Amino acid sequence: MKRPGSFVHRYRGLVISSLLLAGLIFGMPLAGPLFNTVFPELERPIYLQDSFLTLVLAHLRIVAISGGIAVLGGVGAGLLVTRPAGKAFRSLLETVLAISQSFPPVAVLAVAVPLVGFGETPALIALVMYGILPVAQGALTGLSSVPQPVLEVARGIGMSRRQILWRVELPLAAPVILAGVRTSIVINIGTAAVASTVGAKTLGLPIIVGLSGFNTAYVIQGALLVGLLAIVADQLFELLARRWTPRSGAALQEQAQA
Amino acid sequence: MTAERLVTPPQRSGALAPLSIRLQNPVHLLLLAVAVLAAAGLPLLTFAPNRLLSGHGISLYELFGHASSYWLLAIPALPLLTAPWLRPSRVSRLLLIVAAALLSCGLLALAGQEAAVRSGAEGSLARVSFGGAFWLLALVAWLQLAEALRGLQLSVPIQVAVVALASLPALGLLLSGQPDSLSLLKEYHNHLDSFDQALLRHLQLVLFSVLPAVVIGTSCGALAFRGQRLRKLLFPLLNVIQTIPSIALFGLLIGPLTLLGLLLPRSGISGIGMAPALLALILYSLLPMTRSAVAGLEQVPAAVREAARGIGMSASQIFFQVELPLALPVFLNGVRVTTVQAVGLVEVAALIGAGGFGTLMFQGMASSALDLVLLGVIPVVLLAICVDAAFKVAIALLTRKIQENQ
Amino acid sequence: MIEIENISKSFDDRPALSDVSLSIKAGELAVLIGSSGSGKSTLLKLFNRLLEPDSGNIRLLGNDIAGYSPEQLRRRIGYAIQSVGLFPHWTVEQNIGAVPTLLNWPKARIRQRVDELLTLLHLAPDTFRGRYPHQLSGGQQQRVGVARALAADPEVLLMDEPFGALDPVTRSSLQQELASIHASSGKTIVLVTHDIDEALALGERIILLDHGRIVQQGQPRDFLLAPASELVRDFVGQSDVGVRLLGLDKIATRVRAEAPIPGEPLRSDDTLREALSAFITRKVYSLPVVDQHGQPAGVLHFADLLAERT
Repeated sequence: MKRPGSFVHRYRGLVISSLLLAGLIFGMPLAGPLFNTVFPELERPIYLQDSFLTLVLAHLRIVAISGGIAVLGGVGAGLLVTRPAGKAFRSLLETVLAISQSFPPVAVLAVAVPLVGFGETPALIALVMYGILPVAQGALTGLSSVPQPVLEVARGIGMSRRQILWRVELPLAAPVILAGVRTSIVINIGTAAVASTVGAKTLGLPIIVGLSGFNTAYVIQGALLVGLLAIVADQLFELLARRWTPRSGAALQEQAQA
Repeated sequence: MTAERLVTPPQRSGALAPLSIRLQNPVHLLLLAVAVLAAAGLPLLTFAPNRLLSGHGISLYELFGHASSYWLLAIPALPLLTAPWLRPSRVSRLLLIVAAALLSCGLLALAGQEAAVRSGAEGSLARVSFGGAFWLLALVAWLQLAEALRGLQLSVPIQVAVVALASLPALGLLLSGQPDSLSLLKEYHNHLDSFDQALLRHLQLVLFSVLPAVVIGTSCGALAFRGQRLRKLLFPLLNVIQTIPSIALFGLLIGPLTLLGLLLPRSGISGIGMAPALLALILYSLLPMTRSAVAGLEQVPAAVREAARGIGMSASQIFFQVELPLALPVFLNGVRVTTVQAVGLVEVAALIGAGGFGTLMFQGMASSALDLVLLGVIPVVLLAICVDAAFKVAIALLTRKIQENQ
Repeated sequence: MIEIENISKSFDDRPALSDVSLSIKAGELAVLIGSSGSGKSTLLKLFNRLLEPDSGNIRLLGNDIAGYSPEQLRRRIGYAIQSVGLFPHWTVEQNIGAVPTLLNWPKARIRQRVDELLTLLHLAPDTFRGRYPHQLSGGQQQRVGVARALAADPEVLLMDEPFGALDPVTRSSLQQELASIHASSGKTIVLVTHDIDEALALGERIILLDHGRIVQQGQPRDFLLAPASELVRDFVGQSDVGVRLLGLDKIATRVRAEAPIPGEPLRSDDTLREALSAFITRKVYSLPVVDQHGQPAGVLHFADLLAERT
């Protein structure tokens, strides 16, 4: 391994998982002989209906669109209830967030289908609706944890409301908001895979096709890719988190993770 | 205009009227607006002559003619409609809670009666199901209840008791059989066996994954608490497992478990079914369990531990008589989170043949039957809520007992 | 400089200030003192419009402050509070430069000003410029807080119990620094405190508030010698009046120009209170005095403590 402190060493999780992911995306067909020996009974051990690259890109597209909307919505909601005008609605948001914890993510997907139909649309709706929640929670917690004296002084030295929001509140709340976005996106990646059951084209397709056709090889291929994709995304957020956390927060975060 | 200036503080000198011209609670106003829009714009129920044809909506307005059940809805609705302008007081809040409870019961009764009229005949193929307005009105009623409850500032066990009491009217109505002509309940009666099987399997999966996870997680947590090196190895590994989407983990376990099943043919282990589901659920439960075990032990004051050592207690005595009781509230909270997480994860497990309510849900998804989907989703949501509430009550009572003893 | 006319302010039917009128001269160090709930912090916050009065008006340099936008006003007034409130995500330099940045000063000028202020408050610029608040001690944080308040060279400085959270040693050294900053810059300073010793040490004029009204205002000496009511007497403290009076005068005012005598010298800019303490602990009736450069300045006798002021 490279010297401690270098980029590769510090972010070795990200490097390893990205390399594995890229390797599998492009190299899976090369593993054909391997799958053949493990599953001799299967005629077509490698999923060939679409290239894995297509599936990964389609998956990422869904995650990006729904994730983007969810982040905007979630941060917006958190912002609204921490302003003086919206303070009365804060408990309402907290109640809604608490109730939504009892909903498994796939449930939103399942309910959307009979209402909207099959395909990508119910998937996007469900992903947005479920994705807003962790982001809203993170925004709510982060923005309300800005210390009172800091806000008082910011007002007292003459910052306008907008300046306080952009220069003080958001930077200080950023690490917690990022944690919420991280949770949202990682769950999003998993739920998008299940969305293949309703006809959306994602990495879940090999898994679903494999399960219904008793083709364990397909299932493993799909599962490996989805799993690695989630890990890579999580590690990317870890990189961002370390960059954005101010020095004082870094010590606290290390303690929290230990 | 900000909400601060719209809200007036309650008047001290004996309020003349409980209602005020000025807005007292903007949250209730928002909820009221949502309710009115829903009732006007969305159908309360949908009616389809049979399963194949799509239904047409029946709005609340159309149901005005049916006198008896209509009053069941109108009377509880009155306090809720005036909620934004009611002066906040214990009485007004209790009134709102009772009204919300009766409203949800009234909604169900109204729906049940209409369903009985349109599709109650023996062998009728017609389907009457809940429309968007029904769900929104029910949601708004419960949110108004939650808002009123929050204002009363009661302890957790009493709050849970109030909510439980408030659900009794609707529950009683359900058990009495009045709403049985509704499509959702017809579906329930049609799938009675599958439902019971799903319930049993769901509970089994939760129980048999959380219990081992509690034992393993606590031991790992206790060890990780004392050993920094173990902690550095364990947590990143558990974090990786937690990040992997459930469907992927289920899928990845199929291979090795099939192999294991082939090696041990009589154990009944196979690649699909309960085995991979249980294994994956246990793995997912390990991170929250271990983390809460460590956190619980960490918040035992060092002074207490030192005192116990000082009076000559052995290591295991200290652990079981001092550390564990004090760490219990945090630890139990971890069990709560783990169990609720497990209840939700079991939904996906149906994909690999493990059973549980997910089977009903996916079946409904495949045939685009909303009622079947709901049959697979609503019990899980209610189960999660009940488990969550039960744990919170237990933790609150336990914490109080510990505080009294200190 | 600042004119307050008939100010009243209530919170939820509870009056915090009732018909308060006050006038603060340019260059004065005025201390607002009182017990908790007396309204002193409320009054301070009215000056930079963090709070708005229910009735009455406040004029700064002759102009009604209600005529300015709150942000414009606050950028012209320095503000320092007890919990300091340094921005945790900014370095010391960025914190001090907060208002100059809002006023769009050129970067070079901000840098120069930051160095100037750090030196003024005895913090080595090269060491502290790039540090973050969590890397500073309580005293250092408050120094940065004061520097931040002074950064844009405001005409008025408002301070709300700035030294309350510090240990006694740091507190007294910061009090001395504030006094010397005031002496050299001539700024108008309004300081809120509940500590009578701090008020007596710093204040040119003290204003005692109780339950939202001004009970007495005037020079520190008047509070000690001529308290307006029982309340003032109790607040100032019955048993320490004499010792506190001594604390108001410097040794330089009573020293006699005589040949130095043996013994550890007193410093001429210390107070007579410290001289009393030295006489008692060392059990002597006279001690030599040196000035701030260490040059002999004369002798102080015990009896001089009781002498009339020259």
